[in-house]
Amino acid sequence: MSTVFIAFQTNEETRPVIEAIELDNPSATVHQEPAMVKIDAPDELVIRRETIEDQIGREYDLQELQVNLITMSGHLTEDEDTFTLSWK
Amino acid sequence: MDTPVNKKKLSLKEKYSYLTRDLAWEPSYQKKEDLFPYATYEGIKVHDWEKWEDPFRLTMDAYWKYQAEKERKFYAIIDAFAQNNGHLKITDARYLSALKIFLQAISPGEYAAHKGFARAGREFPGVGPQVACQMQAIDEIRHAQTQIHAMSNYNKFYSGFHAFADQRDRIWYTSVARSFFDDAMSAGPFEFMIAIGFSFEYVLTNLLFVPFMSGAAYNGDMSTVTFGFSAQSDEARHMTLGLECIKFMLEQDPANVEIVQKWIDKWFWRGFRVLGLVSTMMDYMLPKRVMSWREAWDIYGEENGGALFNDLARYGIRPPKGWKDAGEAVDHMSHQFMLALYQWNFGTAFHSWIPSDEDMDWLSKKYPDTFDKYYRPRWEHIKKMDEAGTPFNNFGLAKLCQTCQLPTVFSEPGDPSSLCHRETEYKGETYQFCSDHCCDIFKEEPEKFIQAWLPMPALFQAPLNGDLEAWMEWACLENGSDNGDFKGSHDQVSFQKWREMTTSN
Repeated sequence: MSTVFIAFQTNEETRPVIEAIELDNPSATVHQEPAMVKIDAPDELVIRRETIEDQIGREYDLQELQVNLITMSGHLTEDEDTFTLSWK
Repeated sequence: MDTPVNKKKLSLKEKYSYLTRDLAWEPSYQKKEDLFPYATYEGIKVHDWEKWEDPFRLTMDAYWKYQAEKERKFYAIIDAFAQNNGHLKITDARYLSALKIFLQAISPGEYAAHKGFARAGREFPGVGPQVACQMQAIDEIRHAQTQIHAMSNYNKFYSGFHAFADQRDRIWYTSVARSFFDDAMSAGPFEFMIAIGFSFEYVLTNLLFVPFMSGAAYNGDMSTVTFGFSAQSDEARHMTLGLECIKFMLEQDPANVEIVQKWIDKWFWRGFRVLGLVSTMMDYMLPKRVMSWREAWDIYGEENGGALFNDLARYGIRPPKGWKDAGEAVDHMSHQFMLALYQWNFGTAFHSWIPSDEDMDWLSKKYPDTFDKYYRPRWEHIKKMDEAGTPFNNFGLAKLCQTCQLPTVFSEPGDPSSLCHRETEYKGETYQFCSDHCCDIFKEEPEKFIQAWLPMPALFQAPLNGDLEAWMEWACLENGSDNGDFKGSHDQVSFQKWREMTTSN
């Protein structure tokens, strides 16, 4: 097993995104660090557009994630609906 | 009236294809090898550039949109910082030393990376990496500009910020970062991508930016948090590009594996040496600390790097040659390097100091196997000398490593009480090294490294001829203001005075 992770700035835009990630990834661990939230997951982490849209009540483009992204680890696969990090 | 046509929105994949792949053309009146003369000499074999995948699928229109949003956020906060006396909100003026090192050594590196990616984007024959390198080139110049702009607010009030551009080329510790980028920029495009895209961005950048920005947040430095996060939001894309590039090389031809491995060995160690500067910042310079250098290494080096090299094992790639020595050195490097910075602090454009008792207790706790045994006694001795009115300055100069340009101040692997020093002869000249790994890197490319500009020999050449004062003037280092012990410095006195003025009349 290897850990994948993603980290975002702590702000109002990322709060619902992090809630959505927690909903979609029950095995993920969320670490609140100074000004930053880091989410670790074993082998794979999936971010789903639909879950975020449910949280924020508007349409969301997954590329918006990039504005508040700090770092990540793992291979990335991205399309309109999902943003997946994994160690294959 | 025109009948409205319902056009289906392009999928991310289609849009990416139209706005990158479709922009390429086959040359008709020039040969491809004349257009891209540097694409093959490094020995990397590429059979199909179409196989290059950019997982972010970012196109230029989306790029401008999101970058503009980042800039708006950045300047809103920089304005607020200047309007609200942000320079007085930091925990303590000692914190500024970390920022000065960043501005003198790292921000010019961002500019160098800009030039390097602009060149790599021109030299790669595939349109996928051309577009990705073009974006990264623009990112890197944005990083240099926003960092310089954010820190210019501190330059209005404190010493040591005024001459970073000249100091980058003239001072001994900044030349460590300079030589790293000069080495990368004078390599071929594929090696450049391993050096910056993979080794620096993917393996090491977390160790630079994440603790640095958390440190800034902990120490009340709003402007650095802002430029750091603004830059870091691009880094995730850069890391992905670095990882993509290495996978692409490894998948294109089995003969590439050996060449790539050699570059990983070289650039991991080069990057690790540059990070020596960051280790001192984390363990010694932050008044309020986030985590130790050892703890940061465990998360972002050991665990994250370990996962990466596990993954690359399927291509026949093993962890870099210096990996084990690096893991061991992590318990020593910040202490050894900080002792060096302190004893030569007449030649640094930032302040250093003897750690307080409380600082030393923290270091004992974080480094239970090494600090009390090897480093506390040295600091205690230096403290006694200082109290006796004979502060410890070392006016002798250390040998400089011909490869990484650090003074040879690190210990032998497996024996923290003896100095690690290697030398080799090439064409009748003797060259010095800080480690086996730096010595091996030299032996692979001696003709390149004998041309390196080294700061110590520059001091002894004409017109300086060893004159320390003349050197300071040349290095734009204001003696008695920019350098020396923090105790009694302008920064300490001014910060204290201005802080008092903010809470009383």
